[in-house]
Amino acid sequence: MNAKENIKKIIVKKPLKLDCGKTISDYPLAYETYGELNGKKDNAILAFHALTGDQFVAGTNPVTNKAGWWSYLVGPSKAIDTNKFFVICANVIGGCMGSFGPSSINPETNKTFGTNFPVITINDMVNAQYNLLEFFKIEKLYSVLGGSMGGMQVLQFVANFPDKTKTAIPIACTASHSAQNIAFNELGRQSIMADANWKEGNYLKLNLSPDKGLAVARMAAHITYLSKKGLQEKFGRKLQERDDLNFSFDADFQIESYLRYQGSIFVDRFDANSYLYITRAMDYFDLIKQFNGNLSKAFEKTKTKFFIISFTSDWLYPTSENKEIVIALNSSGADVGFIEISSDKGHDSFLLEVPEFLKTVKNFLEANY
Amino acid sequence: MKKEFQIISELINNNTKVLDVGCGDGTLMKFLKDKKNVDTRGLEISKENVQNCISKGLSIIEGNAEKDLHQFPNLSFDYVVLSQTLQAFYNPENVIDDLLRVAKKAIVTIPNFGYWKVRIHLLLKGTMPITDNLPNEWYNTPNLHMCSIKDFSNFCSKKKIDLIESIALNGEKTSKINEANINIKNLSSELGIFLIKK
Repeated sequence: MNAKENIKKIIVKKPLKLDCGKTISDYPLAYETYGELNGKKDNAILAFHALTGDQFVAGTNPVTNKAGWWSYLVGPSKAIDTNKFFVICANVIGGCMGSFGPSSINPETNKTFGTNFPVITINDMVNAQYNLLEFFKIEKLYSVLGGSMGGMQVLQFVANFPDKTKTAIPIACTASHSAQNIAFNELGRQSIMADANWKEGNYLKLNLSPDKGLAVARMAAHITYLSKKGLQEKFGRKLQERDDLNFSFDADFQIESYLRYQGSIFVDRFDANSYLYITRAMDYFDLIKQFNGNLSKAFEKTKTKFFIISFTSDWLYPTSENKEIVIALNSSGADVGFIEISSDKGHDSFLLEVPEFLKTVKNFLEANY
Repeated sequence: MKKEFQIISELINNNTKVLDVGCGDGTLMKFLKDKKNVDTRGLEISKENVQNCISKGLSIIEGNAEKDLHQFPNLSFDYVVLSQTLQAFYNPENVIDDLLRVAKKAIVTIPNFGYWKVRIHLLLKGTMPITDNLPNEWYNTPNLHMCSIKDFSNFCSKKKIDLIESIALNGEKTSKINEANINIKNLSSELGIFLIKK
C-alpha cells in the first residue's frame, strides 16, 4: 500500500459546515495534478470524478496500476492537452482514495468512522474542493468539467461560485436525481447492507469486508452504465469458454462472466461504506429544489460559458434531463451550447473512446482559451 | 461571406444579442461576433455544423427550430435570423410566431418561388423547378412549403406583422421592395430578405 501513502493531500483547516448540520475541519483532501500551471494561472481545469472515480484522471493510477479513468480524454496532446492545460482532480470527501471519508480514522475514537461519518452532499464535496483554488492561488479556473456525478459537481460549482470559472462542461448528468436513479442506488446500498460482513458498517474494525455485497452493487450499477444495444452487440448470448449450456448456475454466458469480473475487481479498489455515502450524496442532489423550484436561478449571476454534452444511448442520465439544464441556462440568459453525441456505449460513453465526444471537448476548450 | 449574409449583417445593430436559427457552419455568427460585437447564439440541426461552430468558439445548441425554440424565453434576443429554411418546416406559421416571441425583430430570408426562372421551368418543362437556390428533385427536396416574395408579403399583412424592410436579391444585386414594385421584384429576384416585427 506504498502508493496510497504517497497520495498528495492538503489538510483543510478552514471549517466546513456540511448540509447535514455538522461541521468538519482539519480534514484531508487528496488530489492529483497533470500539466503545469502557467505564470498567469489562467490554464487551470478542475475535473470532478464520478461515483467510483478518484483523483487519478490520466496516465497510470499508482494505486491500481490501471489507466486513469479519463485517460482517453486527458493527457499530452489529448482532448484536454496537458501540455497546455493544468488539470486538477480531487478525491471527493466521502471517498476512499485519501480524502476524508468513512474509512478515515475518527480522532475521537481512534477507530474508523464507518457509518458514524456524517452524510455528505454534492454541495459539501464541491465546497471542500474549492479549497484547492486557494491552495494553488488560482483566482479563476479556465474550466470545470465532469461526467455523471462529476457533472452534478460542475453545476453545483458554478451555482456556488458563479465567477470562479470561465467555462464549464457538465457531461451526461442531471440537475435533479430521478426516482429511477435513486432506485438503482438503493439497490446497490441494500446489496452491501445485506452482506453479513458489513456489520452495520463496522467491518474495517473487525477486519472483515462485505465484498459480495459490494460486488453485486457494482454489477447492478454496471448494467445501468451500458445500453441494451451495446450489451447485445458485445455479448449477445455468447457462452463463456464452453460449447453448450452447463445446466447449472455457473457463469454460462459471457455477460455473466463479465459482470462477475467487474464486481470482483471493483472490491479491490473501493470501500463499501464510501459507496453508501457517495450514492446517498447523488440521491440528495436536487439543484432545482435548492433554488426553490427554479433551476435558472442557480445560474442567474454567472458569466461562465457552458457546454453541455449528452449521449444518445444514455438511459441513466438521458438527453432530456441534460436538455433541462440547457433550457434553464437559456432562461437565465447564460451562455450555453449543447450537443447530443451519437454512441451505443450508454452512460459509460463519457469514459470511453468516443471520437465525436473527444473532439467536442477539445474544440470547445481550445476555441475558448 | 455571401451577399445574403452581408445584407443580413447590415440590418443588425452593433452590440446586440442575436439568435441564428439554422446557423450552418457559423459563418454569419462569427462575422457578427467579430465585427459588430454581437452576442450570438446558434441553433443547428447538423452535428457536423455544430462541431464547426464549436471550433469557431461560438455558442451553439444542437436542435431544431420547430422543437427547440420553446426553450428561449420571450424577447430574450434583439434579433433572430432564419436564413432560407422557413420553407422546410412542417408549420412555418408557428415558427414565425415563435421567432417573433423570442426576439424583438426577425430577419427571414426565402428562396423566391416567384422568380422568373422557376416560373419558366414549370411553364415550359411542366416539371418541378430546379434552380441554383432550389437544387433538389421534388422527391428529395427538404422544402415543404415554398413561397414567393409576394406570398410572404401577403402573409405578413394578413398576420399583422410589421415589414420593416423588404430587400430583393438577384445575384449580387440588391434592391428595396415596395408596394409599387412588388410584382416586378417577385419576378426578378432569387431571394427575398425581410426584417419583421410583431
